[in-house]
Amino acid sequence: MDKILEVKNLKLYYHTSKGTVKALDDVTFDLFKGETFGLVGESGCGKTTTGTALLRMPTPPGRYDGGQIVLDGRDIIDLPENDVRKHIRWEKISMVFQGAMNCLTPVYTVGKQMLETLQEHREMEKVQAEELIREYLELVGLPPEVMGRYPHELSGGMKQRIVIATALFLKPDVVILDEPTTALDVIVQAQIINLLKKLKKTFNLSFIFITHDLALEAEVSDRICVMYAGKISELGTNGQIFGGHPAHPYTEKLLSATPLLHKKVDTLSFIPGAPPDLIDPPTGCRFHPRCHKVIDVCREKEPELKEIGTGHMAACWRCGE
Amino acid sequence: MNDNDKASDVILTVENLKKHFTPHAGLLASLGGPKRVIRAVDGLNFSIRRGEIFGLIGESGSGKTTTGKMVMKLIDPTSGTIVFNGEDVTSIHRQRLQAYRRRVQMIFQDPYASMNPRFKIREVLEEPLVIHRISADRRKRGEMIIKALNEVKMNPPEDYMGRFPHMLSGGQRQRVATARTLILNPMMLVADEPVSMIDLSTRAEILHMMKDVQRDLGLTYLYITHDLSTARYFTDRIAVMYLGRIVEMGPAEEVIDNPIHPYTRALIQAVPEPVTGQVETIKELAISGEIPSPANIPPGCRFHPRCPFAKPECSGQAEPELMDAGKGHFHACRRWKEIG
Repeated sequence: MDKILEVKNLKLYYHTSKGTVKALDDVTFDLFKGETFGLVGESGCGKTTTGTALLRMPTPPGRYDGGQIVLDGRDIIDLPENDVRKHIRWEKISMVFQGAMNCLTPVYTVGKQMLETLQEHREMEKVQAEELIREYLELVGLPPEVMGRYPHELSGGMKQRIVIATALFLKPDVVILDEPTTALDVIVQAQIINLLKKLKKTFNLSFIFITHDLALEAEVSDRICVMYAGKISELGTNGQIFGGHPAHPYTEKLLSATPLLHKKVDTLSFIPGAPPDLIDPPTGCRFHPRCHKVIDVCREKEPELKEIGTGHMAACWRCGE
Repeated sequence: MNDNDKASDVILTVENLKKHFTPHAGLLASLGGPKRVIRAVDGLNFSIRRGEIFGLIGESGSGKTTTGKMVMKLIDPTSGTIVFNGEDVTSIHRQRLQAYRRRVQMIFQDPYASMNPRFKIREVLEEPLVIHRISADRRKRGEMIIKALNEVKMNPPEDYMGRFPHMLSGGQRQRVATARTLILNPMMLVADEPVSMIDLSTRAEILHMMKDVQRDLGLTYLYITHDLSTARYFTDRIAVMYLGRIVEMGPAEEVIDNPIHPYTRALIQAVPEPVTGQVETIKELAISGEIPSPANIPPGCRFHPRCPFAKPECSGQAEPELMDAGKGHFHACRRWKEIG
């Protein structure tokens, strides 16, 4: 498979008055053509920061502090903003933001706001543009009439479909989906997941799927990257992560903390404590204060992300023992 | 409904409970025309046994939160009755209401919004004692606060009493929220999505704590959630709501392993599971569309427009009531035998 995006040693820090928050520290991964790459972790682990960083729009006061984002063989971190706006953002990489469906303008019809996005990027006659919008609405399973509707007249699932269509119609190679189903009910969630799977096949898209929900990652992602406190703790294929033998103690614990619907579990495990403050992260492995497999070296030296199997990486001193 | 239960085993009975909202219409609408009524809860019947964890499951718009608010007496029902511990509490006011609220307490969804940010934890926990005039002695109140914090395993309590809510994690706040209810020595807790805003790694910890407290103090819970997986883990019995009515009710495991109603089946089928080997499959969903507006409830069985098994009788005949399928398993589908 072809690599479409390479993220190398990406660092993104928030410089606040209280100190520097190391929100992303040395994040490295590749994205292949036509795959869904899952980013999973608890709140504050850096999933969304990764998403906005790839789009070259880190939330202020976030700043790149090193690393590369290589798209089509070109590092986009130092590109001038104008180039990014013209050629990268929404053209090559687009994003469905968390809660985007609630950010549709209430005073414009759906058609008008979609048209606006399209005409900003493409020189197109209105008739042509509307034709294209109709085509994409159909792709996401909506009738053309919704173009004349206002957001409040639509259900959550329909609004989410509109946001997905808008992220797709400039034909990007990479689409970042940040919690695209979190606010939706479970049946609608399943409908949207089905839709995303179909779209991925139709356009050979690459998705970066961000969620806190492990079960959802298991359903959609070909490869999964588990993040903790701004770092990657484990990265592997769907089978390596969910096949019963995760490598990192954090992944292991997260999985055993997930309640299962079809299996009676007497006690779920949990991870004591809370994720660390990223202004002053723990020494050594950032997970060591909460880890059940901690040994002395974990407290002193930070483990590197290393390959422990084909395409399976983990950052843990105790992996492979 | 629970004929074989002795009356004293039941702590809460809800009968034919309804809540209809009439939204403020514009001037033109107020001059004539049919009134739009939102039937949020539309004929609910259930009872909760003493010492049981009863789960109310539903999607958004199913009326589960409205039901919780009526049980808490935060809003008045349009009709129907709520009987708590042998007493009809449907329309109690003032002193009796205050006494009722001491016995039935609530844990809210958002641990960030449910606490005054300017209160220290001591004050957060002291407030209910003051409101309910439990003790005039400050030192004695302090002892009660320590006891409550101990019950939710905030150890040592003295460390937390001087802190502000923002200094605590979500999980710790939810512990404090639980302690705040326990301090009044209640008989029943209504918990509306108590862990949905808590991170996965600590979610189980909070559920454990709530279960321990329930067992230690012999409490009864009404647990309101959209999450079937935590419901299976946490509750004894569940009731599945759809558009303001219960469509299926019974022991949690029985309902989830052998669902009868087509809606429950579809709901269970749609829940993602953390196992490998699903990426290439498109899930077959038995039902399409979304839950309709409670302002416009379909006639007959209210699920019929989305039901894959619907027949003319489902829309033409009166709405089915809950029927007994044995083993304490109730459902509201008249075609249940045919659809197997």
